[in-house]
This record gives sequence, C-alpha cells and structure tokens, in this order.
Amino acid sequence: MKLQQLSLFLENRPGRLGAPLEVIAAAGINLMTLSLADTAQFGILRLIVREWEKARHLLEDAGWVVNLTEVVAVDVLDRPGGLANALKVLESAGLNIEYMYAFSLRRGDKAILIFRFEDPDRAIEVLKAAGLHVVGPEELFQHVA
Amino acid sequence: MPTELWNDAAGGFHPASAPDFLPEPLLEEVQLRRLKAVVSRAYDNVPLFRERLEARGLTPASIERLEDIAKLPFTVKADLRDTYPFGLFASPMGDVVRLHASSGTTGKPIVVAYTREDVEVWSEVMARTFAACGLHRADVLQNAFGYGLFTGGLGAHYGAETLGATVIPISGGNTDRQIMVMRDFGVTALCATPSYFLHVIERAGELGVDMKALPLRVGVFGAEPWSDAMRVRIQADAGIKAFDIYGLSEIIGPGVASECSAQDGLHVFEDHFYPEIIDPETGEPLPDGSEGELVLTTLSKKAMPMIRYRTRDITSILPERCSCGRTLRRIRRIGRRSDDMFIIRGVNVYPSQVEAALLAVEGTLPHYQIILTREQGLDQITVEVEVTSEVFSDKIRALEDVRERLAHAIEHILGIRVGLRLVEPRSIERSQGKAKRVIDRRNT
Repeated sequence: MKLQQLSLFLENRPGRLGAPLEVIAAAGINLMTLSLADTAQFGILRLIVREWEKARHLLEDAGWVVNLTEVVAVDVLDRPGGLANALKVLESAGLNIEYMYAFSLRRGDKAILIFRFEDPDRAIEVLKAAGLHVVGPEELFQHVA
Repeated sequence: MPTELWNDAAGGFHPASAPDFLPEPLLEEVQLRRLKAVVSRAYDNVPLFRERLEARGLTPASIERLEDIAKLPFTVKADLRDTYPFGLFASPMGDVVRLHASSGTTGKPIVVAYTREDVEVWSEVMARTFAACGLHRADVLQNAFGYGLFTGGLGAHYGAETLGATVIPISGGNTDRQIMVMRDFGVTALCATPSYFLHVIERAGELGVDMKALPLRVGVFGAEPWSDAMRVRIQADAGIKAFDIYGLSEIIGPGVASECSAQDGLHVFEDHFYPEIIDPETGEPLPDGSEGELVLTTLSKKAMPMIRYRTRDITSILPERCSCGRTLRRIRRIGRRSDDMFIIRGVNVYPSQVEAALLAVEGTLPHYQIILTREQGLDQITVEVEVTSEVFSDKIRALEDVRERLAHAIEHILGIRVGLRLVEPRSIERSQGKAKRVIDRRNT
C-alpha cells in the first residue's frame, strides 16, 4: 500500500531544479507528482514516479545523492473539508505527520494526499479503520494511465 | 645498496632496508662525517651560506660534534626564491644532471638540482621507502604521482626501478584509464596523493569496479597531509594497506621519511637527512618528543646542500624505538603545515582542524572546501561540505540538524563563528594532485 518516493538534495540556486528533471524526462519517465521543500540554502526535491527504480539509478549515475522513502497516499473528495477530515483522523490517533503534499487528479473529483509518517504501517491501519481510502501504487498509477 | 637476489623469496625483510638498522653509534659516526663534509662544501661553493657563517664567526671547523649543528643558520624558502634560479647550487652545471622546480603559488618557482650521485642517493632512499612499505621486485607499481617538474613522479619511478619492481609511469589524472590499467595490468602497489586516490576509489565505485577484488595490496601516499581517519577509509574501501611517505623538493623530493609495517610514525632516512625539531617562534631546538617545526639538513647532497632547512611542517620526533626494529628515528605523521595555516580574525586555523570536526560528526571525511571572504572589513569563513548518502535525508529538519552539528563541531574546535553550507555531491572540484582545501577571496 505504500509508495516509494525519491528525494534529491539540491542547492538553492538558479537552474538546479531543472537538471535532475531533464535526466528523468530524457528516459521517458513521467512524473506522477513532486514537491519541493526549501530553505535559504538548499532544497529537497521529492518525486513520485512509476518507474522509481530506473529513475533512481539514472539520477545516481548522474551524480545525485538519492534517498528512498516510503510514503502513504490517501484519496479524498476534491471539495472543502476533504483534507481537514483526514487530518482529524490522524490527529485523534496521535500520529505525527513529518510532511505532506497534495494534488488533484485530472479526471474525477478526487484529490490525492501524500503523507510522510515515521511509522507508515501504523498510519495505514488508522486511516483504513477510519474508513479512508489508502491508494496503493497500482491504483494510483492507473488514475493517470 | 643491497638488492634482492634470485634466491630471496618475496616477502619479509628486504635487503635494501639494511641501512635502516644501523646501530646508533655507527649511524651517528656516519652522520657527523657527512655533516662536516656538507658544511664544508656549502661554505666553499654557496656565497650566501659562507656570508651567514662568517657573520656568526663560524667556519666548517666549528662543527665538531652533531649537536654543533644548532650553531648553524637556518635556510628558508625565501632564500631559494631570492637566489632564483641557481643561487644555492654548489656544483657547476656540468656536474648537474637534473633540475626540478616547485609550482610556485606566488611568483617564481623554486629550482632544485641533482648531480648523478644525488640521483643515486634519491633512488636509494626511495627504494628503502618502498621496501619499508613491503614492496618487492615482483610488485607492479602504478605511479600516479605527476611526472615533470614535480619531484614525485620521477623520484618514485627511480626508487621503484632500483628496487626491481615493475613501474607503470602513468602519472596523475585520467582516472578512468588509471582504473583500467590497475585492473588489466595486475597492479599490486600504487603511488598517489591521498586525495587523488579517494577520487579513484569514488570513480571505481561509479564504474562498478570492486577495488577490493583487485590484486592491489599497497598504497604509498604522500605530497599532502592526510589524517588517520582518511587512512582507515582508504584501507577499508580499497582493501589495501596505506602508507604515508614524506619528502620535499628542497631536500630531495619524496624519500625523506617513510612509514614501515608498524604504520606508527615515519622513519627519517637520517643517514642522508638529519632531522631537528625547533620552536617555530624562537628557533630554539626542542628535545625529542616535543612538537615543533621540522628542520632538515641534507647530509649527502652535492648539487644543492640544504643546511637546517625550515620545512614549515609541524611534527615531533618520537622518542621510543619502533616495533619494527629500525634504529632510524621517526617523526609523527604531519597533520599540518605552518604554510597551510591561515589567520582569521586573529585566530590561527589549520585545515586539519576543520577536517577533524567533519570526521567526528560524519564518521567519514566528506569532500569539503574552506572559503575565506571579507565582508564590510570583517573576515568570514565558510565551509562547504558535500552532502553524502550517509547524511542525506528527505526531511528538511534532519538536514538542518546535520548542518548545525557540523557547524557547531567546527566552531567548537576553532572557537570562531563559521558559515556552513551543504552543497551538492561532486560540486567541489576534485584534485589531480594536491587537494586545494582553502580558497582565500579576502583580497580580490
């Protein structure tokens, strides 16, 4: 049920974001989604792609340090309160979110929330028990196929 | 010099090492005889040296015992620059068979000269260096020291040939070819600067070459200070024994001192190079065991005798006898040069101090660079550290934490505020020779 997320270290200066994305694009790998966290000095680019193993090798061969992290995807209705509802579930279970990001699907009325937890397995149990829909890799990539 | 005969099985004691085991009284007799002769030679042939002796009311006859060396004036690097190019030569050019020159970072280089006998002595001390590192005639040595005006390449080359080993004169650079040759030629030993060899290891990893599976077993490293932690990493990552050697062009080039199998200090080949430790501030000689500046006197050099040359290298003479049995005294590995030192906001800083802090936090030494700038009249020090897979995390907080721990560790050692910038892997230029650790932009 968990997704593999690739993270890359980038210096916070012009042109640094484009370089790794070009490597992935040149191999014909499509991005499912990405998020960029940054400080004044550096940033962390987080990527979700279907062919994550291939993307990881390409990036490592090109000299990037790549970190692999398991994240959890949840789909919610793309309307006011969709995210708030999911957060309420996590909060009442005492689960700490390391970080999260979200995106809307092109088709349908769903938004996808990507969560990074310290203990993703326990988070999945909690989310499921509350009736939320945890999206696995196959299902997620079908959405965009 | 004794060499290996056909019936000397490879391994164990090397006959070339015999002079390393001279009983002390004999060694001192040889040293005194040679010291008297070299002082006479410099007095007769080098005007600068003669003037300095006369100014002190000394003549070569003033040297009666080894301790009398402390009466003699020092020679410093500026003397070589001031007399550029040939002012300190004691031989006519007709007797000189080789010139080398140092890469002068500021202004003119310094030029050094060798007679045929000097080259023979150099070959001998380098052969003894390789023997001390466990090399034999059956070894295949990849010599990645630069060939040319730099003394490293040819010095190691002649020494290894004298030992009878097979030399591959590949010189520095072209790392992919180095790795191909290392693998295809069955290389068992390699000479390089330690920072370049780290680059070779890194590149071999990228090419999918397992260095530990190769026949390479010995690395002979010199020409720049490196830490024990770097040795641990090199030995583990390449599956070799890594030895530190020491030398400088002004004295002869590589071959002044070498580690032995004990890897615990470097034996000075003191039948040819007489070591002293002095207080760098006062110039007073210090007893064995005290830390100070290494001063060397060439006991055998003909073309260019160096009397009490101040090396700027900070070390101490180890007072105990080495477990290997050599009678040659040892100097502690040189971690810092007073030349490398820079002064920032009145504080003396050595790159090795920054290195120690990085190692303490990360466990291995990342690639780093120290950048000095001046902003509104105030000196700033920034350390750039490449992010490694060991410390990289997908969480900003974790990376900020690494950055802060690195900065604190350096600030703790130096006692001044430093800027610490994490930079992308491989963004700091890799050296093909000596690593450039400090970039001073304060006066540009």
